Amino acid sequence: MVTVVGSAAVLERGDPMAEGSVEQAHVQAPPEGFLRRYVFSLDHKVIGKQYYGLALASVFTGMLLSWLMRIHLVWPTARIPGLELLSKGGAPGGIITPEYYLSLLTMHGTLMVFFVLTNAPFAAFGNYFLPIQIGAEDMAFPRFNMMSFWTTFAAWLVLMLAFFIPDGPPISGWTSYAPLSAVGRDAGPGMEYGMSLWGISIALFCIGSLLGALNFIATTLDLRAKGMTLMRMPLSTWAWFITSCIALLAFAVLLPACILLILDRHAGTSFFIPAGLVISDRVQPHAGGSPLLWQHLFWFFGHPEVYIAILPSMGIISHILVNSLRKPLLSHKVVIYSMMSIGFLSYMVWGHHMFLSGMNPTSALAFSFPTLTITIPATVLVLIWLGSLYGARIQINSASLFALGFISMFVAGGVSGFFLAQPSIDIYLHATYFVVGHFHMVMGVASLFGVFAGTYFWFPKMTGRMMDETLGKLHFWITFIGTYCIFMPFHYLGLIGNVRRYQSFVDDFMAPYIGWHKFITVCALLTGAGQLIFLYNLIYSRFKGKPAAENPWNATSLEWSIPSPPPWNNFGGKHPVVYHDPYQYGVKGSKGDFVMQDSPEQVIVSGD
Amino acid sequence: MSFTIATPANPHAAALHQAKRNSVVLTTRHDRASRSGIWVGLFAITMSFAAFSSALFVREGTTDWTHIVLPSVLYLNTSILLASSATLEVARRLLAASWPFASRGAHRAGAWVFLTLLLGLAFCVGQFAAWRDLRAQGIYLATSPNSSFFYLLTLIHALHVFAGIAALVYLAGRLTAGHSALRRSLFENTAIYWHFMSVLWVYLFLLCRMKL
Repeated sequence: MVTVVGSAAVLERGDPMAEGSVEQAHVQAPPEGFLRRYVFSLDHKVIGKQYYGLALASVFTGMLLSWLMRIHLVWPTARIPGLELLSKGGAPGGIITPEYYLSLLTMHGTLMVFFVLTNAPFAAFGNYFLPIQIGAEDMAFPRFNMMSFWTTFAAWLVLMLAFFIPDGPPISGWTSYAPLSAVGRDAGPGMEYGMSLWGISIALFCIGSLLGALNFIATTLDLRAKGMTLMRMPLSTWAWFITSCIALLAFAVLLPACILLILDRHAGTSFFIPAGLVISDRVQPHAGGSPLLWQHLFWFFGHPEVYIAILPSMGIISHILVNSLRKPLLSHKVVIYSMMSIGFLSYMVWGHHMFLSGMNPTSALAFSFPTLTITIPATVLVLIWLGSLYGARIQINSASLFALGFISMFVAGGVSGFFLAQPSIDIYLHATYFVVGHFHMVMGVASLFGVFAGTYFWFPKMTGRMMDETLGKLHFWITFIGTYCIFMPFHYLGLIGNVRRYQSFVDDFMAPYIGWHKFITVCALLTGAGQLIFLYNLIYSRFKGKPAAENPWNATSLEWSIPSPPPWNNFGGKHPVVYHDPYQYGVKGSKGDFVMQDSPEQVIVSGD
Repeated sequence: MSFTIATPANPHAAALHQAKRNSVVLTTRHDRASRSGIWVGLFAITMSFAAFSSALFVREGTTDWTHIVLPSVLYLNTSILLASSATLEVARRLLAASWPFASRGAHRAGAWVFLTLLLGLAFCVGQFAAWRDLRAQGIYLATSPNSSFFYLLTLIHALHVFAGIAALVYLAGRLTAGHSALRRSLFENTAIYWHFMSVLWVYLFLLCRMKL
């Protein structure tokens, strides 16, 4: 059945992208010395792992903060032993003050959005697998790549520093709305130095992300292996590529916004601070600025940012789903075009965060329309995933479970987006727990499900060892059920009128519903604890896991054609040659029901 | 200056010759990647300045906007920067004509790069003079929204010019030493970046001068 087409010499002639001279890849020896190999490494795989580690540290810190917040919400006078050591003013005697609740909230949001949701699915997996999936020996600019991680790491250090200064972390939320974020001490605890640290941290983060995005784009455009046409790139690579295009634009706008904010805070300018503003009984010595300007600049970044978080996960789970389904998705191209449309439209919808900012109602309508439009490509993606599932015999493992869980989260969290996209409904739901529930599911947890799926799927490649499947499935069910238990009630509470960012509800009109909050808190504590299973699995399997084969999932893309873990120069100094579309499943190949991308055998479609 | 290009008589051969010469610039995949990289980077810089511009437009619409009179040295600075683009272009063409063998061309290109470098530094000194001029009038960063934007935009532009100067120092060093290991794509990319900085400056100058 399988026709193997001749020798390498014959194949060379048929190369779609034959070049005059094939340069040698990475002729130099691997770097020596601990620092060059593990710390200031130029190897995209090490940099990817560094990003993953940073995201892991951030996600557990962020989760700890959410625990503290949940506990404070329902038991405001609860004493948390040891917290007074971290912040004397914020938690005197271990009891969280209302202001410190806002500090925790700000740090939770900033850590999660920037250092987890941007770093893990995009920078970590993208760095590790994008070059391998396109058949390159490294990123286009390894030095920029290293700088990009270390700048991000510096940003993380600056942000974390806010916990340890007497002033404490800022209290303005991850969106840092002006003018309160711009005026300094008068705006409350944490707003004098903590807020400045936030601004510096995010500015650094922007620089790191810009360097990373530049690298991804140049690498994808120019370092593809022979035969790796754009349409032959796996969906995960496509997602990282589109995401890097979004990130390039988004962070290039947030950086100026942060610079303007820092100048307002420290140089006496008035970009965001209006005239005659009185805060804490003091007239602010600024004039003429526009607080709305900050919102426009911030959300011009902020909305694309949610797609920076979700698109890579879409790509990752598509890549994994195809593998578990053992057949291609209904359409490879439509998935790509849908992701492109999402990327493009993500720039036209930022105003939907500002329906109640006092902007012109007509412009609210103008932003509502593209917001509803962007649900079309998102729905197309969901339909393609579900349609491909129809009639397939899916192989269930931890990775595919999390991929399916992603679809569930994306749909459940996305449906509420239809409500919020309409200004008339948003007037009621704005800044309630409905919104918090919406974005935690559709952007936060869904994106994390993509990261979990990616981890279970690629762990064998990254370490040469398998993760424990039983623990993986346990982890999935705890996380899946727990997430619904936590965030579904959020929607209900939001409809009742539960406003977000309030520090306690025990003694106001929400008091009858405090039971719901207690339920959520308990679920959050349990689901969070369930993540320790993942952490254990990760560490245990790294050292004691079952040794993994080169291609344990019988997958087709290039990362599975090289040893696990991949050698220093990925392809052993050679450039692979690509002959096939990325997902040749359900065909008769020499190794089974699939043909790898770099396999020179002809594809014969079998069966019906 | 006078330099001759050995052009084959046959027009077809001439075209082929030219095509070969052009392809020399981007021989390897990494050369092509750095060419993509420079354009992508310039795109990001454009986006940043677009964000600053839109902030300026919004701010200019508010009531307390007052126009500052720009120091006249800026006209001189503009011509210096444009001249530096021209000298770098001469260097680029000299190098292209003598590539890859004639070391004499490389030396002369190096001299023109050096001249570009001097003009670039002169531009920065000129910008500094403009800031001093404003300070002498009592116009500081926080004095008025217009002055805030002027200092900010010129400073960030100057930082970008410094990056270009660093690249020129490297190139001048390589070329005057007649170093054969110079990557031509690096030269071309620096030239693209430098020309972009000139165009960006003209835009910023007009933006600061403009009265809505």
